[in-house]
Amino acid sequence: MCTRRLWALLTVALVLSLACQPAAPPTPTPTAPPPPAMPSPTPSPPTPTPPPKPVLFLSTQLRPVEEAEKMRNVILKPFGAPVEFIPEDEGPFHDRIRAEIQAGKVSVDVVGALHGNFVTLLRDNALEDLTPLMERLKDRPMIPQFVELGKLGTDRQYCIPWMQATYILAINKKALDYLPAGADVNALTWDQLRQWGENIHKATGERRLGFPLGPKGLIHRFVQGYLYPSYTGAFVTTYKSPEAVEMWKSFKALWEHVNPQSTTYDFMQEPLLAEEVWIAWDHTARLVNAFKERPGDFIAAPAPAGPKGRGFMPVLACLGIVKGAPNREGAEALIEFLTRPETQLTILREVAFFPVLDVPMPADMPAHVRIEGEAVVKQSGAPDAIPALLPVGLGGKAGEFNKVNRDTLERIVLKGEDIEKVLREEAAKLQAILNETGAACWPPDPPSTGPCQVR
Amino acid sequence: MSRWRKAEIGLPLALLMPAILFLGLFIALPSVQALLLAVQAPDGSWSGEPFRRMLADTRFMPALRNTLVLIALVIPLQLVLALIMALIAQSRRRGAGFFLYVYAIPLAISELAAGLVWLAVFTERGYLNVILRALGLIQRPIIFLSYEHPIGILLAVVIAEVWRATAIVMVTLVAGLQMILGEYWEAAEVFGANLVQKLRYVVLPLLRPSLQAALIIRTLFAFQTFAVVVALGGGILPVLASEAYAWYAGAHNPHVAAAYSLIILALSALVTGFYLYVLRVRPEEMGR
Repeated sequence: MCTRRLWALLTVALVLSLACQPAAPPTPTPTAPPPPAMPSPTPSPPTPTPPPKPVLFLSTQLRPVEEAEKMRNVILKPFGAPVEFIPEDEGPFHDRIRAEIQAGKVSVDVVGALHGNFVTLLRDNALEDLTPLMERLKDRPMIPQFVELGKLGTDRQYCIPWMQATYILAINKKALDYLPAGADVNALTWDQLRQWGENIHKATGERRLGFPLGPKGLIHRFVQGYLYPSYTGAFVTTYKSPEAVEMWKSFKALWEHVNPQSTTYDFMQEPLLAEEVWIAWDHTARLVNAFKERPGDFIAAPAPAGPKGRGFMPVLACLGIVKGAPNREGAEALIEFLTRPETQLTILREVAFFPVLDVPMPADMPAHVRIEGEAVVKQSGAPDAIPALLPVGLGGKAGEFNKVNRDTLERIVLKGEDIEKVLREEAAKLQAILNETGAACWPPDPPSTGPCQVR
Repeated sequence: MSRWRKAEIGLPLALLMPAILFLGLFIALPSVQALLLAVQAPDGSWSGEPFRRMLADTRFMPALRNTLVLIALVIPLQLVLALIMALIAQSRRRGAGFFLYVYAIPLAISELAAGLVWLAVFTERGYLNVILRALGLIQRPIIFLSYEHPIGILLAVVIAEVWRATAIVMVTLVAGLQMILGEYWEAAEVFGANLVQKLRYVVLPLLRPSLQAALIIRTLFAFQTFAVVVALGGGILPVLASEAYAWYAGAHNPHVAAAYSLIILALSALVTGFYLYVLRVRPEEMGR
């Protein structure tokens, strides 16, 4: 909220300053000094003779303007050759690659996207086999599960792990006074979270839980990777199961203590900093400013657990090379650069995505990174953890799939429609998308032959 | 003779060509493509699927209703306000021109920025709550933008829209007022008409062409409004344009998005036709 307000103020100030400018700008005096020379480019890059040809890097990750700027101005700076970093929404991303492959005129060299997008890219026959490159990167301590995921179910390496993230809780320390007796912040249950929200609600009269339900919020990931796996142990197959009905009932009870402005929240760090909410669930990269700006006021914690376990969503972003990329050499050099331990730590420091390498976190890491890092480790290492992958193989339909999850939540929780009726209708839509794309089940659903089926 | 003819036709045609090419390539062609998208399946075959999905979507009816309610609330309010503002800006009092500049400030602000400005006003820790609390009128912040009372969000959107877009109506009306000759005004004064009578019998009839233009422009823009709505209400107050955007950018389904825009097009055409008919100006009624 703080930054939003700041932007609004800046805009007003800019307009006013423009409106109040004198009619004619002061003319420069003839004795004015000559304009200063253009600043010289950064001296001698540390990379040994990189190819001078620019590399075109299309990415569905690091889309927010601040993150993209960090990527261009900080993370990619030490890479010698010029890189054109273009963040793109998922739909246009796939459209562009598909169009370039079909037209036989490929301009994109490197693609950066989530693991699920790579399944679609491979199906579009748009990826180079990077097994030889992976062989050369063998000395990097890459997390083996991620390398295996990067093979996309084949024996070749198509996606080289780039960075990881997940979703956790951020908690204002003021909330700790109201923690239910016997509850451990690092091993909460959804029931305890509801009780916690209720305690705060009763004591302060305000609803302090928060979820990112805004137009750009990631609430669909909450439904896919946290709510369903925790309560039903799966996601697609149990979409309208009796456990799901119970789950929505208890989530509705929890929602009574959620700030009703949640429908305008895109990034939970803003309402956290404005103290409109005290406890929020969101993506690590969308919480990080709270820990960065006031590391003494906030703690991070693993997501709560349900009757079936602690559902959570590890997010893996990969790098790949487009088939027929015009600058293959530059593309390989860029992937090599981005997977170096020092680059991985720069990424962590700048945009709060976690390394895919098993590297020790240096002591000089800023506080916000350590706070989040500890919670991430506790969450993935919890004894009852149920890792849930992002939807796999939906391609251009991923957006519609997410819409179904979001509509389900909005209809049940916000509009108070009948749970069983909503689940029946939305499950049918879900099934239609799965049939259309032929997507097989992904964890935590049991593997399927053919399209995943809602039971 | 025939050479004259040729020049008569050739020159205007040549002069019109750039505009025709531009409009054809960048307006007409994409419009036709969008139209086709709305009646095609993703594989390019004819299909009623996009419309069926749009109509089956639980958000379609609320979006249609909200769009019409917003227009019904915003346009009349803006018209009255704009007329008052235009009359103030045009009055020959000292300093009247100053108002013109003040009124025009929101024109320079983008729709989304305007939405965010008002979000900063209405949110729980926003300016309005801070002021109310400082005045001692409330104990704890009021949540204006809650899905539990959509009326609050609707009113916030109306206020934001009126603030943001009344200026464009005013500018059109100011231009219209400037066309009205001073003699009419003076004649009315000679006959002893008071302000209301002058408005009723001189200004409004002569302003009809400008009113028509302002209404058409404003209503068309109102059908396209969505940044303010999205900023203040999230997805709680869907309107047609925001649903078209959500289907395109969020769900990546350009076909359903095109179906929505077709609905917007049809409604816009309908309303424009209505204005053209109701506010038509007969030649003998022209001001001069």
